[in-house]
Amino acid sequence: MVNQSSIREQLSTEIQDIYNVLDTVLDPEVPVLTVVDLGIIRSVRKENGTIQVDICPTYSGCPALDVIAIDIKFALDQACFTNSKVNYILDQPWTTDWISEDGKRKLKEYGIAPPQGSPDKGQLGEMDKTIICPICDSKNTEMISAFGSTACKSLYRCKDCLEPFDYFKCH
Amino acid sequence: MHNYILQLGDNSLILGHRISEWCGHGPVLEQDIALTNIALDHVGQARMYYQLASTMEPGKTEDDYAYLRTVTEYKNLLLLEQENKDFGYTIARSFYYDQFHLLLLRALKSCGNKDLSEIAAQAYKEVSYHCRFSSDWVKRLGDGTEESHRRIQRALDDFFPYTAEFFTPSEADNYVSGKYGVDLSKLSSQWSVIVENIVREATLTMPTTPYPQLGGKQGHHSEKLGFILTELQYMQRTYPNSTW
Repeated sequence: MVNQSSIREQLSTEIQDIYNVLDTVLDPEVPVLTVVDLGIIRSVRKENGTIQVDICPTYSGCPALDVIAIDIKFALDQACFTNSKVNYILDQPWTTDWISEDGKRKLKEYGIAPPQGSPDKGQLGEMDKTIICPICDSKNTEMISAFGSTACKSLYRCKDCLEPFDYFKCH
Repeated sequence: MHNYILQLGDNSLILGHRISEWCGHGPVLEQDIALTNIALDHVGQARMYYQLASTMEPGKTEDDYAYLRTVTEYKNLLLLEQENKDFGYTIARSFYYDQFHLLLLRALKSCGNKDLSEIAAQAYKEVSYHCRFSSDWVKRLGDGTEESHRRIQRALDDFFPYTAEFFTPSEADNYVSGKYGVDLSKLSSQWSVIVENIVREATLTMPTTPYPQLGGKQGHHSEKLGFILTELQYMQRTYPNSTW
């Protein structure tokens, strides 16, 4: 993704302030990532006095999406941006490419292997990739199941440190 | 157009509901979680279609389509309301449908309708995982033990007559084919090649049938859909307009 801080500098002070609030809203299922890290904030703008925040779903069935919308609204209310609206948009499907570098680092520290490579080559090649263990950095890992604890993760096992771990799927 | 979107939404909701019945009953924990994830994808996709449909019909919400329609108003494919029976039947049903679903979404992704193509692009990514899951299991069961081979073959045979409905156009299909060029007959030959290759790789025999089962898209369902709706709609029917 394009360097977010340079984009932000071009925004009005008010919109920058709103982004600062969004930086405090965490993904309820991966509570080390902010909604900004996750790349689901597609647009923030002010229209006729109302702050419009456009967000996109990661997976269509993701049960966290409604919670995220409520959390965003709540955080903005707390920061005195009381006239806001959160919209769901689909114009382009979300991709793990939109997760920030900072977000990928936080995932690894949290024990979730961040998405590796690009999703452009198609998801089906995904299962044959070498995934690096987030705990001991070993490449000697194997997939247990393509479907993990949430829609966005697969379940892996490290054959060196023997720990099971979640891998945030390239999507 | 409205009917076409409901057709897609109903397919997703009914299959999602069926697969969700496995929640807590999967053969092993990983497969239980996989099936539940897949069910969630389908229900999420159904919501997107119903939300789109509700924008075309003032006063309706996505919930109205799921909770307040009767069996004859549902337009899902007959295959998708068939019971889970054993793991083999569940896999066979998903396998036939997932391969068709992926081809259909690929066509819809590039169709001229912006709303539909956006949903299709989102769903396509998810359904490629579904395809991988169900076709891997067809191979594993087919090329597994004598018992697993026998049971997946039986399931493929029993469900095959329902697959003709994928490619038998309804009025809504014809409308979309005419306007946006999504041609089911083209998908049919692609589907046959893909499915036959996987079935062969799984050391199984491709079924044939002279008796296609049709009618779901027109609202002519088996008694099985009624049982699904009874469970799905119980709260809204018993306590109308209840929310939480």
